[in-house]
Amino acid sequence: MTTTTARAIDRFRKAAAAEGLLDVTYATADSPFGTLLLAATSHGLVRVGLPNQDRDALLEELAAKVSPRVLEAPARLEEARRELDRYFGGDLRRFELPLDWTLSHGFRRRVLEGIATIPYGETRTYTEMATGAGNPRAVRAAGSACGSNPIPLVVPCHRVLRLSGALGGYAGGLEMKESLLALEARRARD
Amino acid sequence: MHALPPFQTLLDDYADDVLGLLRGAVGRGDAEDAFQETFLAALRAYPELEDRRNLRGWLLTIAHRKAIDQHRARGRQPLPVAEVEEVVDARMEPLDGPVPDDGIWEQVAALPPKQRAAVTLRFGSDLPHAEIAAALGCSPEAARRSLHEGLAKLRKELA
Repeated sequence: MTTTTARAIDRFRKAAAAEGLLDVTYATADSPFGTLLLAATSHGLVRVGLPNQDRDALLEELAAKVSPRVLEAPARLEEARRELDRYFGGDLRRFELPLDWTLSHGFRRRVLEGIATIPYGETRTYTEMATGAGNPRAVRAAGSACGSNPIPLVVPCHRVLRLSGALGGYAGGLEMKESLLALEARRARD
Repeated sequence: MHALPPFQTLLDDYADDVLGLLRGAVGRGDAEDAFQETFLAALRAYPELEDRRNLRGWLLTIAHRKAIDQHRARGRQPLPVAEVEEVVDARMEPLDGPVPDDGIWEQVAALPPKQRAAVTLRFGSDLPHAEIAAALGCSPEAARRSLHEGLAKLRKELA
């Protein structure tokens, strides 16, 4: 792509924003674990892609489930990027940025909303999350709700463990889950 | 039916093509404005787009229409002017004799609209017949016919 094309695209993006046509915007952000994909609607952060997740597949999913008007534009993601930076640096314990829950429904969404309230440095079990969402026997469903969390890190599904204390699963890989818990445990003691 | 791809992929894959077509159609100076118009129109209509098989052809059709709009707005003939302007500039150089000007785009501009569009899309944008058909909203046979008729007329004019 030539610089003239890049400039034309940049102008187009601004005009599209002014017209309110940017239904979903996305940007990448650096993290200690690799590059994250951040996507937002006008309501808030709608999707966080972890470093090991397929970026194209995530964008296609957003196009299919939210709106095909998906465009790369960093402006709306600045706050998310800043808060995540501070989180990885151990300086942020509670995310304040607005979230868009569009991608989660029903029981899954109730589980994820419960997870969003687990305090920094603490953990819960899948059983507790199932109970909190109104169905104590749906432990597996609670586990799969965690697994399908569209906004990991900000909705801290890494704070949910098995009853035995085993890590369970994590979309970003178990090493990442372990590191996040270790970071929070260190900072929580400070 | 498969889902529409994220709009960003249209920018990534076809922005160069659209800008190239517009440079040929309205000239370098106006191409960027027409580019904005083209992609804004596309983005507005995108969620309702039903025929998603040929997104490149769809974008180039919009670009073509925007180029024609721009020429109309300026009260000019819809013709690719970039090359013509360069020839005109070259003529201003002090030279021994007149610079040969084959006037090809002026002749293209004088063609009836369908033939003109077919010729521009084929040779200005390098579209295959099937995509020209999609762009013009006609059958591939009709597109081929328009192209051949246009070319035949050009050959006659330039002979």
